[in-house]
Amino acid sequence: MRVEGNSGKPAVGGEEEKPDSGRRWVNIVLGTGIVATIASFVYPAIRYVIPPPVSESTNLSVVAARVGELKNNAAKVFKFGSEPAILIRSADGKYQAFTAVCTHLGCTVQYRSDLHEIWCPCHNGIYDLQGRNVSGPPPRPLAQYQVHIQGEDVVVVRNA
Amino acid sequence: MAGIKRRTLDWIDERLGGGGSIEEFLRHKKVPLHRHTIWYYFGGMALFLFIIQVLTGILLLMYYRPTASGAFESVQFIVTQVKFGWLIRSIHSWSANLMILIVFIHMFSVFFMKAYRKPRELTWVSGMVLFFIVLAFGFSGYLLPWNTLAFFATKVGTDMAGFVPFIGGWIKVFLRGGNEVTGATLTRFFGFHVAVLPGLATLLLALHLLLVQRLGMSVPPGVEKKIKEGQEPERTMPFFPNFLLRDIMGWYGALGALGALAAIFPWELGTKANPFGSAPAGIHPEWYFLFMFQTLKYLPSKVFFIDGELVGLMLFGLAGALWVLIPFLDYKAGFGRTTRFFTGLGIFVLGYIIVLSGLAIF
Amino acid sequence: MAFMLWGFSAALAAPPKDSCVTCHLQLPGQYGQPAKLFPSDVHQQAGLTCADCHGGDPNDDSMNAMSPAKGFRGVPAKAQIPAFCGRCHSDPSYMRKFNPSLRTDQLSEYLTSVHGKRLKQGDTKVAVCVDCHSVHDIRSPSDTRAPVYPTHVADTCARCHADANYMKGYKIPTNQYALYKKSVHAAALAGGDISAPTCTTCHGNHGATPPGVNSVASVCGTCHVMNQQLFEKSPHGAAFAKMGLPGCVQCHSNHEIVKPEDSWVGTNPKAVCVTCHVKGDNGYKTAEAIAGGINKLKTTYQNADEVLNKAEQSGMEVSSARVELTSAHSDLIKARVVVHSFNATDVLKVTSQGVATSRKAQEEGIAALHERDYRRKGLAIALIAIVIAISGLYLKVRKMERS
Repeated sequence: MRVEGNSGKPAVGGEEEKPDSGRRWVNIVLGTGIVATIASFVYPAIRYVIPPPVSESTNLSVVAARVGELKNNAAKVFKFGSEPAILIRSADGKYQAFTAVCTHLGCTVQYRSDLHEIWCPCHNGIYDLQGRNVSGPPPRPLAQYQVHIQGEDVVVVRNA
Repeated sequence: MAGIKRRTLDWIDERLGGGGSIEEFLRHKKVPLHRHTIWYYFGGMALFLFIIQVLTGILLLMYYRPTASGAFESVQFIVTQVKFGWLIRSIHSWSANLMILIVFIHMFSVFFMKAYRKPRELTWVSGMVLFFIVLAFGFSGYLLPWNTLAFFATKVGTDMAGFVPFIGGWIKVFLRGGNEVTGATLTRFFGFHVAVLPGLATLLLALHLLLVQRLGMSVPPGVEKKIKEGQEPERTMPFFPNFLLRDIMGWYGALGALGALAAIFPWELGTKANPFGSAPAGIHPEWYFLFMFQTLKYLPSKVFFIDGELVGLMLFGLAGALWVLIPFLDYKAGFGRTTRFFTGLGIFVLGYIIVLSGLAIF
Repeated sequence: MAFMLWGFSAALAAPPKDSCVTCHLQLPGQYGQPAKLFPSDVHQQAGLTCADCHGGDPNDDSMNAMSPAKGFRGVPAKAQIPAFCGRCHSDPSYMRKFNPSLRTDQLSEYLTSVHGKRLKQGDTKVAVCVDCHSVHDIRSPSDTRAPVYPTHVADTCARCHADANYMKGYKIPTNQYALYKKSVHAAALAGGDISAPTCTTCHGNHGATPPGVNSVASVCGTCHVMNQQLFEKSPHGAAFAKMGLPGCVQCHSNHEIVKPEDSWVGTNPKAVCVTCHVKGDNGYKTAEAIAGGINKLKTTYQNADEVLNKAEQSGMEVSSARVELTSAHSDLIKARVVVHSFNATDVLKVTSQGVATSRKAQEEGIAALHERDYRRKGLAIALIAIVIAISGLYLKVRKMERS
């Protein structure tokens, strides 16, 4: 009798002489194998369906700060997806958010509370509080993101 | 233990209308034993892998998002944040490829054993429809991670659909959900992949399996002849439990292989698709489409006044149609007469696929 | 009635009579060129004619059109060209009619330039308006075809300044263009960044003069603000001024400004620091410390990068660690700017932050590698379970079929 479909296992000798204990031995091996394999499939599946600590991917919206964390005329650079972004609270208390990647050569921009403008330290580029490039080398404005207050959180959202 | 088993089976039997139908069904199915018995395992293996796909697919559905802005990130989320997400995702991708390979082997082994001959013509036809459904599963699923390779492979693949005469343009727009490959295409492919194709596959599988159960296992003509002439004894094995236990050994082996592939060669994430970027060099479809892709490369851009791609499409369409109709073309096999021609044809087709796939890779 | 209307409209459509253009278009060579070129000139588009600059009578078809009695000024001599153009371009009330925001100080700036001063002394080899702006096909400087469009400025200056024969007798080098072409600024300009500096950015255009030794740092500092501010406050700022050394140029050159190497800072033979400082002096020690800080950051960064590469190659997903590492890279760039303070403490503050971030990213990479090993161990256990199950099945089948 040929057996197909496996890689050949060493035979356990001696079942013919002792049918009863041999049969029990086979059943033990088979039972152990089946239980062990089912456990090794069910365990990952159960861990998988339990939601992870961060419940969804964060490339489209991120909690940038807590309400009250930023004073007026101050800003914070935070991580949004794989790039830095900047949350600015202007002098009148309103929040704005932009990408912090300068459109000239990619440096990270800062908020200048003395100028009330966004400044890039690399080559002195300046953007206004609408993200428009108003002075220096930057060729394009900064992409703007939406800001929503959700309870205690300041959430920054971007479109696809 | 045996008593409980007996009583459970009786309980179920009563509620299926009585008459001992389950036991009857389980006992009566026999598997012929001969030189080529090994090929009988491939159908069950394909079914098993399909079930793996359904289970891992359902798990992936819990976290996947079918939109251009969310798809790539959701797959990234699955493989980095979700516990064992990497395992489920890689098994799904590897098992898809393994299933297509097994289905190719199943189809060719059935062909060479001429199991399609009367009365099993419809089993062959339903199997061929299933084969095309499986390829459609592969094509639609490939786009879902929304990475650069998948995006451009889909673009090229749906471009081909546009070459069908008269209705090609409409087919292309229908597949793409528009004129270009966009987020609309992704959502549409997702709908095909998780609803339309599974529904169709279930129906056809039910038909295919029903036919196999009712018609029993076919024996290759050569063996049949030898048995009739008394040169070989007619040997069989009960399907349940003997063949089934061997089936399960194979299935466990497949699970081990899938686990090893997922842990040691995890499926790549790639880079997020940029619809406005240019195609990377050396773009090509998945391996199971390579032989057609390579053939198109060899065809001249115009044959007389017809587009090269259209010629290729027509040739493959014709070949596919003939292949589906094989049981009716090789009707002589139904009388036990083997024509070398069809065996030779099968070898040519198999060789063609292997050689051209090889040429595409190297 | 129809005829009258047709004739009337024909008369309206016809351009005003301009005998200059009519005659000169038929003349060969250099006499016909101006008329052929003029349609592309910005002056023509503003509605000006030949006579508006050259005088004469465009209504007169005879040679009398060009008589001094009709106000004909003819072709100006080279030395008179600035005043010729300046007749309108320095007159704000006239220029206001065309473009009120156009500057009208070009002529006065020109007179302060080296070109303007030499022209006054009788040197007619220097550049005048038409040498840079062309003549008869003058285009606005923002027109990409203009010889003074930012990407063409260096080529225009080089027509004279890179011509060794032409510049014979002047005591200035003629290799500036060749050197500039090797610079990062030329590369940026060629790459489409029209904010990148060219000759006129540092030398001025109409008032073209090399910046004085004391003002070089201010010129560079119009873009490289941080570097200039740090430099001026640094020990080198005052020291260089006292020694009459040109700030930035001392280490970075003026025309051949190439991408600086980290090896320029430190005490190795290739470093610029050791051209003045010697072993034992404060500068030497500072150079050593600064170079040490930067090298440490670079090494830590590279180690982290290697670990992340290894993790990626074994199929682990480490994109968030990669994002962390980019901030370490930003710290490296920042440290290279803070070098210009020539203060080791300040530089080390920046580099140590980058080192900490790199270490953190490296740890994440190592964690990923551990996760990979954990997965393989888990795989081994699952495979053992599978092997047991398969053996069990095999034995069961064998047992069943023996009996």
